[in-house]
Amino acid sequence: MPLSRKIGYVNLTTGDISVQPIPLEMRRRFLGGRGLDAYLLYNHVPQGADPLGPDNVLLISGGLLTATCASATARTHVMAKSALTGLLGSANMGGFFAPELAWAGFHHLVIKGKASKPVYLYVHDGRIEIRDASRVWGKTTTEAQAAIREELGDDEVKSLVCGPAGEKLVRFANVMTGIKNAAGRTGMGCIMGSKNLKAVAARGTMDIRIAHPVEALEHNKRFIEQITSSKVNQTQGTLGTPFIWGATNSWGGVRTRNFQYNQLEYADDVEPERIDEIATETMGPYHMTGCYACQVHCRAQYKIPSGPYKGKYDEGPEYTSQGAFAGEPDCRSAETVLVGNHLVDQYGVDNLEIGSLISWAMELYELGILTKEQTGGLDLRFGNDEALLEMIHRICRRDGWLANALADGGVAASEAIGKNSFDYLIQVKGMSNLHSDERATPGLALNIATASRGSDHLRSRPAIDLYHLPEPVLRKIYGSPVPYDGPLSSEHTEYIGKPWQVFWQENCYMAVDCLGICKYHTVFLGATHPNFEDWPTVIRLNTGLEFTPREIWDVAERANMMERLFNLREGLTRRDARKGDTLNHRYFDEPCRRGAPGVVGLKIDRERFDKMVDEFYVHKGLDADGVPKPETLARLGLDHEPSRVV
Amino acid sequence: MSHKLLQIDHEKCTGCRLCELVCAVRHHGVSNPTKSRIRVIKWEGEGVYVPMACQQCQDAPCQKACPSKAIARDEALGAVAVDYDKCIGCRTCVSVCPFGAMHFVPAERKVIKCDLCEGEPQCARFCEVHAVSYVESGDVGVGKGRAAARRLLEADRSAAELLAGR
Repeated sequence: MPLSRKIGYVNLTTGDISVQPIPLEMRRRFLGGRGLDAYLLYNHVPQGADPLGPDNVLLISGGLLTATCASATARTHVMAKSALTGLLGSANMGGFFAPELAWAGFHHLVIKGKASKPVYLYVHDGRIEIRDASRVWGKTTTEAQAAIREELGDDEVKSLVCGPAGEKLVRFANVMTGIKNAAGRTGMGCIMGSKNLKAVAARGTMDIRIAHPVEALEHNKRFIEQITSSKVNQTQGTLGTPFIWGATNSWGGVRTRNFQYNQLEYADDVEPERIDEIATETMGPYHMTGCYACQVHCRAQYKIPSGPYKGKYDEGPEYTSQGAFAGEPDCRSAETVLVGNHLVDQYGVDNLEIGSLISWAMELYELGILTKEQTGGLDLRFGNDEALLEMIHRICRRDGWLANALADGGVAASEAIGKNSFDYLIQVKGMSNLHSDERATPGLALNIATASRGSDHLRSRPAIDLYHLPEPVLRKIYGSPVPYDGPLSSEHTEYIGKPWQVFWQENCYMAVDCLGICKYHTVFLGATHPNFEDWPTVIRLNTGLEFTPREIWDVAERANMMERLFNLREGLTRRDARKGDTLNHRYFDEPCRRGAPGVVGLKIDRERFDKMVDEFYVHKGLDADGVPKPETLARLGLDHEPSRVV
Repeated sequence: MSHKLLQIDHEKCTGCRLCELVCAVRHHGVSNPTKSRIRVIKWEGEGVYVPMACQQCQDAPCQKACPSKAIARDEALGAVAVDYDKCIGCRTCVSVCPFGAMHFVPAERKVIKCDLCEGEPQCARFCEVHAVSYVESGDVGVGKGRAAARRLLEADRSAAELLAGR
């Protein structure tokens, strides 16, 4: 049964290991995955802990439905106090790791302390070993995974690893598995590096008993048909996420030149169709690949077609690599995007963060805030592909003054650079924004301002807002499982009704993260995809547990509040420019300069934005400062935290 | 007599391993890739994934080698089948199978192999990209021949263009 999966506690300082069951009560309160991780984080990390110190706790998990017949249950969640922001650290990835962890008997790992020398964990059929990593340390992400397989003599081992960037304590180093699956945000790879933990390797042969196998198989078949029959997923399965970047760029919704513009012009060489052409030329007509048991197959395979890295194999690029290595730095070469993507995959670093920070440095350089001496001789202007790629190397190696400053993250770098550099840093809570521009979409702006891990689209983005769905359709989606009869608007430039949509999406995305399902299988890009009403059946057939849609919503709301409590404890205040639910001043002061006619001239209205935050707080049961009211905590059963049940 | 067979087109395989999941759930009611009769072999660093399953050989080495005569052809289905009343668990069939398609399950102390799910193989049913499909045995080569012919044709055309100096 999925319910028989355990929590493994590892102390890297003492070498102590213990294995504990997950009480049913905790399943009912948090389901699993990110939700239960949020509980563990709040309960196990002491207030004010140094993110890179032994008191920080690294949490690795699969969801309640990982590796069951629930359509796309590949997701691994990683959580800790963030190395980048000092607030919630949280990142999620696809691939094949979480299923292997579940077959090895575990849903959650709680890793404390710090090893005295490089180690890796080997999780195998109910057991956890701490092993010497001296032969793996120093290797790139793919080399490290291969070395572990060789050492263990088992090709079926799946590992998650930190790369050289994590070892160098780059504050936005990621955790990776496979070729390019990355738990990319908030510096979880840096936490691994700080603990001298190079990898977690898993291999399992233990049954996950499906509660009602015959029905679960048939239900899965229908579930898959629902997912794959939608046009958006068919396009994802052909062009991958580059299609979103291309579509968004066409109307002026991406960031260019560190937010000076909202559209990349003359982008033919980095359009999704061109990327697809290169993948076809180098990997053949069937070049799409997928995560565990998923039929969307949204990830392209490619080889770098030209230049010094010609012939190197990688996967992607995703939207974020187009944003990081084309849109933001105003570079327009497919080769640069594909090489940049390859470098970040090998170093194990967040493409989104590194691309944003380099573009920020480019603007500072063009403004004269950074000098050529400070850039180590690099002509760091926009559109300089070579300088962009060189900066990736330097940051990941902490090579030179500027690279070393940037490797500490934007907020810390702004203090090192000084002057008014912070004003140009496009961040929320210390984390750079996705390379999208939300000035034309107030709902999406509210999403990034209030997302629990900092500026982020995967926590609460009402992406279907851009489809202009008729209001009755919006009511059908957003009116359950909790009734909502307030205003809703089909217009993406509107402010009304958006706080409810963001609140609903926040709970929807938390629920899939607790279940271990991919967001392409819920109401993210596809309005007709499964959500609260559909999950009780899939949970019952696979686990035997009975949940109502409302109970799943309650779990999500509770887990989101747990994350909020952690952030408040670590210093979140509503209007703090570095730790608050706010946006960079450019959102309010500088209008969009490019894009569709209805987009040019738009910016976020400060007063109406503030009202949206107020209303969002009301939906969440927070006071005007963003702190939960006592009755909210009582309603969610969080009035006695930390409760230390697990 | 004509039978249907699993046809595997590894070029189309995305490597997702859904076939392994549905196989184990269909036969054992569990998710466990070590209980799947079909296995996706991967070279991740090259982006190559090859699903491997029983070929239901006409002259099956497993059947020939079995010392307890536990392996026989199911004539109705055209599948090579294990009779578990006769199987002694010696794993000779595992050693001789040239495709690695016979598997031993330690927990159950028996070998497993593809039984074509009594005529409705779940791996083929769930594979949306048709890397695994269930086709008439005589038709297995037809699609491949057509694809190869297309490649030849295209090579021919580009050679002609090259000669014409275009």
